[in-house]
Amino acid sequence: MTTPEPHAGNVWPIWEVFVRSSRGLSHVHAGSLHAPDAAMALRNARDLYTRRNEGVSIWVVPADAIASSDPDSKGAFFESPQGKDYRHATYYTKSEGVKHL
Amino acid sequence: MSTSPETTATPAPAEETGGHGDLNVGVKAAGGSGEATASATRITPGNALRPEDIALAVSSGSAKPTEDVAEIALRLGDDALILAQRLGHWISRAPELEEDIALGNIALDQLGHARSFLSYAGGLDGRSEDDLAYFRREHEFRSASIFEQPNGDFAVTIARQFVVSYYQFELYSQLTQSTDATLAGIAAKAVKEVDYHRDHSAQWVLRLAGGTDESREKMIHGFKVIWPYVDELFRDDELTARLSASGAAVEPSSLRAEFDRLTGEVFAEAELEVPKVQPAPGGGRRGLHSEHLGYILAEMQVLAREYPGASW
Amino acid sequence: MAAQTLQSVPGEPTSARHEQSLEDVARRDAEGQAYFDKVMAEDSRIEPRDWMPPAYRKTLLRQISQHAHSEIIGMQPEANWISRAPSLKRKAILMAKVQDEAGHGLYLYSAAETLGQPRDQMMQDLMDGKAKYSSIFNYPARTWADMGAIGWMVDGAAIANQVPLCRASFGPYGRAMVRVCKEESFHQRQGFEILLELSHGTPEQKQMAQDAVNRWYAPALMMFGPPDDDSPNSKQSMAWNIKRFSNDELRNRFVGMMMEQVKVLDLTLPDKDIRFNEETKKWEHGPLDWDEFHEVLAGRGPCNAQRLERRREAHHNGAWVREAAAAYAAKQAKKQAEKETAA
Repeated sequence: MTTPEPHAGNVWPIWEVFVRSSRGLSHVHAGSLHAPDAAMALRNARDLYTRRNEGVSIWVVPADAIASSDPDSKGAFFESPQGKDYRHATYYTKSEGVKHL
Repeated sequence: MSTSPETTATPAPAEETGGHGDLNVGVKAAGGSGEATASATRITPGNALRPEDIALAVSSGSAKPTEDVAEIALRLGDDALILAQRLGHWISRAPELEEDIALGNIALDQLGHARSFLSYAGGLDGRSEDDLAYFRREHEFRSASIFEQPNGDFAVTIARQFVVSYYQFELYSQLTQSTDATLAGIAAKAVKEVDYHRDHSAQWVLRLAGGTDESREKMIHGFKVIWPYVDELFRDDELTARLSASGAAVEPSSLRAEFDRLTGEVFAEAELEVPKVQPAPGGGRRGLHSEHLGYILAEMQVLAREYPGASW
Repeated sequence: MAAQTLQSVPGEPTSARHEQSLEDVARRDAEGQAYFDKVMAEDSRIEPRDWMPPAYRKTLLRQISQHAHSEIIGMQPEANWISRAPSLKRKAILMAKVQDEAGHGLYLYSAAETLGQPRDQMMQDLMDGKAKYSSIFNYPARTWADMGAIGWMVDGAAIANQVPLCRASFGPYGRAMVRVCKEESFHQRQGFEILLELSHGTPEQKQMAQDAVNRWYAPALMMFGPPDDDSPNSKQSMAWNIKRFSNDELRNRFVGMMMEQVKVLDLTLPDKDIRFNEETKKWEHGPLDWDEFHEVLAGRGPCNAQRLERRREAHHNGAWVREAAAAYAAKQAKKQAEKETAA
C-alpha cells in the first residue's frame, strides 16, 4: 500500500473505507476518515466502521488514489448499454416455458 | 423504531429485520435496489462471553470462586476498572476525533473485563460488581500502582497503555489455561482484546518516537514517568504462589521474560532505550496505594454513595 | 467520497476547462441546472460530482457541518458524567454512547468534505466561534438524571429530525444519516430506561428525574428550529428535498410521542398547554421562549464558552501528536521510496 503525500503540518489525509460484512460478500464502501498512513487508517476504520460487528475485513484506499467517471453515472459514458435488451435473458420470449433453459 | 415518522414510507431491507427490529430505522439507501446483503452497515450484537453471563453463572451457583481465585479476580478486576476510569477521561479530549473512538474502545474493553472479573470475585460472598466497585474503600482495592497513574499527556497515556497491554496479554494468555474454568473463560475473551491494545499502543510508540523531535522527547518522558511502576506487575507473593501451584493462575515473574522480549522489539524499532529509573515499591496488591487512587474513587463513587441502596 | 480529490477517467475533457469561454460555462450551468431539476422532480439523489446550484451546496455545507459540530460538542455534557456513572453497566453504556457521538460527527464531517470543505477548516470555524451547533448543548448536565433526559428527549428530538434526513437529496448526507439513525436507536432507549429506573426509585431519585425533564423539555422542543413563520430557509430546503417536514410539523409530532411516553415514566411534562387539536389532528404545545433560544445560539448560553474552550484545548493539546504521526508517515514514505529506487 502506498501512502499518499502527507499534508503540511498536522492535517491527516482522507481515506475511503470498504467493509466486507461477511465472508463471501464484496467489500462495500462504508465511508471515509482521516489517518496519517495506511496502518493507522486501517485501525481507525476498525474502530469507526466496525464497532457493531459490521465487518470481517476492511480495505482502506487513499481518497486521491481513486479514479472516477465524471460526473457520476450520467451522460455518454453510460449510454451504450441502454436499449441493448438482447443482453438479457428476458429478451428471448419464444423459449419461455421450455424446461431448464 | 417507534419514533420514526418514516417507517411506513420506506420498507426496510429484509436482511436487517430478522431479530433486530429495534436496530432498524426503516430506511434504506436511495434507489436501494443495490446489494442489500452486502451492506456495510449491517449490525449485530455478536456472540461472546459478557459480564452479565458471569454474574448469572455466579448467582445461579454454576460458578463459584475459591477464596484465592476470588482474590486474584479482584486484583485483575481492579486493574482493569481503574484503567478504564482513567481512559474514559480521554473521550472528547483526544488528539484527533478518530483517537477519541480508539481510546473509547479500549476503555470499554477494559471496563468489560473489570465487570467480568469483579462479578466473579463477588461470587465468594454474594457481592455484585457494583458493590465491589462503589462500596469498597481505598485500602480494599487491589490494583497495581501503574493503573492509577495520571493520564498526563498523550505520550504518558500511550506509555502506560503499552506496558499494561503487553503485561495483560502475557497474563491472559496464560490464564486461558487456568484450571478455573471461569477465569479461563474471561481470559479467553480478554486476551484477544488486549492483543489489539498492544497493537494500538505499539503503533503510537513508533509514531511518537519516530515523528518529530518534540514527540520523541515526550515519548521518552512518558516512559520515564511510567517505568518505575513496571516491576510491581511482575512480583510474586503468597497468593500467586498458591494459585500457581494449583494451576489456577501463574507466578507474575514468569511473564517477565516474554514481556521484556516483546516490548524490547518495539523499543528497538522505535530506537528507544528502556528507561533507567528506580522501581517504585508498589503495594497496591496489599491495598497500599499512591495518592492518586483516593481521588479516582472519590469521583467514581460519589453518586452511588450519595444514594446507597438505590437502583440505577 | 472525497469528491474534490477524485480524478477523472482519462479522455474526459476536464483539462480543457481552463480555456472555456463564458458561453461554455453558461451552457454547462444551464445543462447542470436542468439535470439538477430533473433529479429533484424524480426525488432522486445528487452525488458529490454532480453539478449543483451554489446555494444548494452552501446550504448543505452549512447544515451538515453544523450537524457534525453538534455531535462533537454534544459529547461534552455526557462525557461529564462518564467518571461518575452510578453503576458499571451505566458507565459502559454512557461511554459507548459518547463514543458513538464522536463517530457520528466523523460520518457527517466526511459527508461535508465531499462538498469541498476540508475537515480542519470546519473544525477551525467551530473553534473560532464562526460555526453554529445545536444550542441545546450549551446547557449544563447537572445531575445523573440529565443523562436520562438527554437520551430520551434530546436524542429523541434528534432522531425525529434525522429519520427524514435519511432521504435527503444529497447522497452522502442521506447515507451518513442512515448509519447515524441505526446507531442512535439505542441512545434514546437507554435514556428512557435511566428515567424509568429513577422514577421507580426513591422519592429523591424521582424528583431528580422530574427536575431533569423540566429543564430539558423546552430546549429539546427548540431543537427543531424556529417556528415555521420565522424560518426563512426552510421553504428552500424543502424544495431541494433536504428537509422533508417543517420544523413545527416535526415538533408537534414529537410532543405527541413524548406525551404518550411520559405516562410510562410516571412523570409529567412542564407544559400545561399540551393538547391534541381534534380539528387539525395535531398536537399543540405552550409558548416557547425564543428569545432565550436566540441568546444561547448567539453565544450567550450557560456553557457556550466552556464547550468551545474544551474543544480548542483538545485540538491544541493534540497538535503535536497529529504532527508526529504525519511526520512519521512522511519519513516512512521517503524510506520506502529510497528502497524502491535502490532495488
